[in-house]
Amino acid sequence: MAEIQSNEGGGKKKKGGSKQKKLSVHIDFTPMVDMNMLLITFFMLCTSLSKPQTMEINMPSNDKKITDQDRDAVKASQAITLVLAGGDSIFYYTGQPDYKDFNSLKLSSYKADGIRAFLLKRNTEAVKKIDDLKEKKMQLKISLDQFTKQVSEIKGGKNTPVVIIKAADKATYKNLIDALDEMQICNIGKYVIDKMTPGETFLIKNFRTRGELSKNAAK
Amino acid sequence: MSKVKVARKSTRIDMTAMSDVTVLLLTFFMLTSTFVKKEPVQVTTPGSVSEIKIPESNILSILIDPKGKVFMSLDKQGDMVNTLDSVGNHYGITFTEQEKKKFKVSATFGIPIKSMKAYLALKTEEQDKVLASYGIPTDSIDNQFKVWVQKARAINPELRIAIKADQNTPYKVIKDVMTSLQDLRENRYNLITSLKNETANKK
Repeated sequence: MAEIQSNEGGGKKKKGGSKQKKLSVHIDFTPMVDMNMLLITFFMLCTSLSKPQTMEINMPSNDKKITDQDRDAVKASQAITLVLAGGDSIFYYTGQPDYKDFNSLKLSSYKADGIRAFLLKRNTEAVKKIDDLKEKKMQLKISLDQFTKQVSEIKGGKNTPVVIIKAADKATYKNLIDALDEMQICNIGKYVIDKMTPGETFLIKNFRTRGELSKNAAK
Repeated sequence: MSKVKVARKSTRIDMTAMSDVTVLLLTFFMLTSTFVKKEPVQVTTPGSVSEIKIPESNILSILIDPKGKVFMSLDKQGDMVNTLDSVGNHYGITFTEQEKKKFKVSATFGIPIKSMKAYLALKTEEQDKVLASYGIPTDSIDNQFKVWVQKARAINPELRIAIKADQNTPYKVIKDVMTSLQDLRENRYNLITSLKNETANKK
C-alpha cells in the first residue's frame, strides 16, 4: 500500500539497459503510528466520552402572592411524607402527622425492600399500567410518543399517591437523589421537595426517644 | 551435504494498516469526546437511574463541594464577560479589559466579588491554587450567588441551570442554593448525577 511504483518501462533492467529503473518508494509509517498513538492517549485521558446524567425537577414557586387557595390541596389519604434524616435514615408517614403517637412515623431504608417496596405497594395500579405499556412498546404496538403521553397520563392520574419529600439539614445530597430516584422507579408522578417544619423534627425526636416527648407534652 | 539455505526474510512490517486504524480511532475520539472542564474541587456525583442527558449548550452549572462551597461556570465565554460586567455594575466595581480577558478564559469561577480584582491579577497557576479556598457567598446577608444567577439569566434567557453537587454535601447547603433559585423564580433545573446500574425490581 505504502509504495509508489513508477512503472515507466517496467523492471527489465537485466534485459535491456536502456530502460528506466523501477522506482519503488516505500514510506515507513512507524513514526506516524507512534504519533497517532500518542495523540489517542492524550485524547483518551483528557476528555470525557459520556455526558453526565441529569434529573429534571420542578420546584414549587415560593411566590408570596400565591395564596393557599391556588395551591392544590393534597388529599390526606393520598399524601405520603418522606423525611430524610441524617445518618442515611429515612422516615415516612401517611396523611396527617400524628404528634401523639410516635409509631405513626415509620423508619425505613433506601434499600429495595425499604421505602421502594412501600411506595410500589401504594402505587400498584399505576405501576401495573405502566408495565403493560412498556410491554406494548417492546412489541412495537405503540410509538414512543404515545408511550410517553400515556405514561404521563397515568402518573398524573387521580388515585396516584402524592409524595412530599422533606430533608433535614443533616441529610446528604445523595439521600435526596436516592429519594428522587425512588420516585422514578416507583412511577410516582406527583412529588414535591418541601422544607422541614418543626413538626417533623419533633416527630423524629419523638420516634428516637420512643414517645418521650409526647409524654412530656401531655403532662 | 550442503546446508539448507534459509531464506533471509525481511522483518519489515507494513505499518500502513496500523496507521489507518490509529487515524480512525483518533478521529473518533476527537469527534465524540468533550474536554473535561477544569474544576477547582473534586466532586463525586451520586448515582441515579435517570437516563436524561444534559443538554449541549446554554448551561449554567453550579458546582457544590462537600464543604458547601459554591462555584459557577457558564459554557459561553461571551456570557461570562457580560455577566461579570453586570455583576460588577451591581456592586459598583468596573473591570478593565485585561481583567475581563482573564476572567473569560477561566473555566470556573467562585470568588466573592470584593476579592475578584485581586484574584484576577494573579497568574493562572496561582488562581487555581486559591480558587478552591473561596466560593461564592450564599448566605442570606450577602447572597452574591443570587446576583450572579440573576445577571446570567438576564444576559442569556435560554440558560438552563444544572446543579452538580457532591454526594456527601449536607442538604443544608443544597437547600440554601435551592431557596435562592426559588426566590429568583428559577423553578426548573437539572441535577447532575452519574449512571447507576440498578435494575428496578418492579415485580
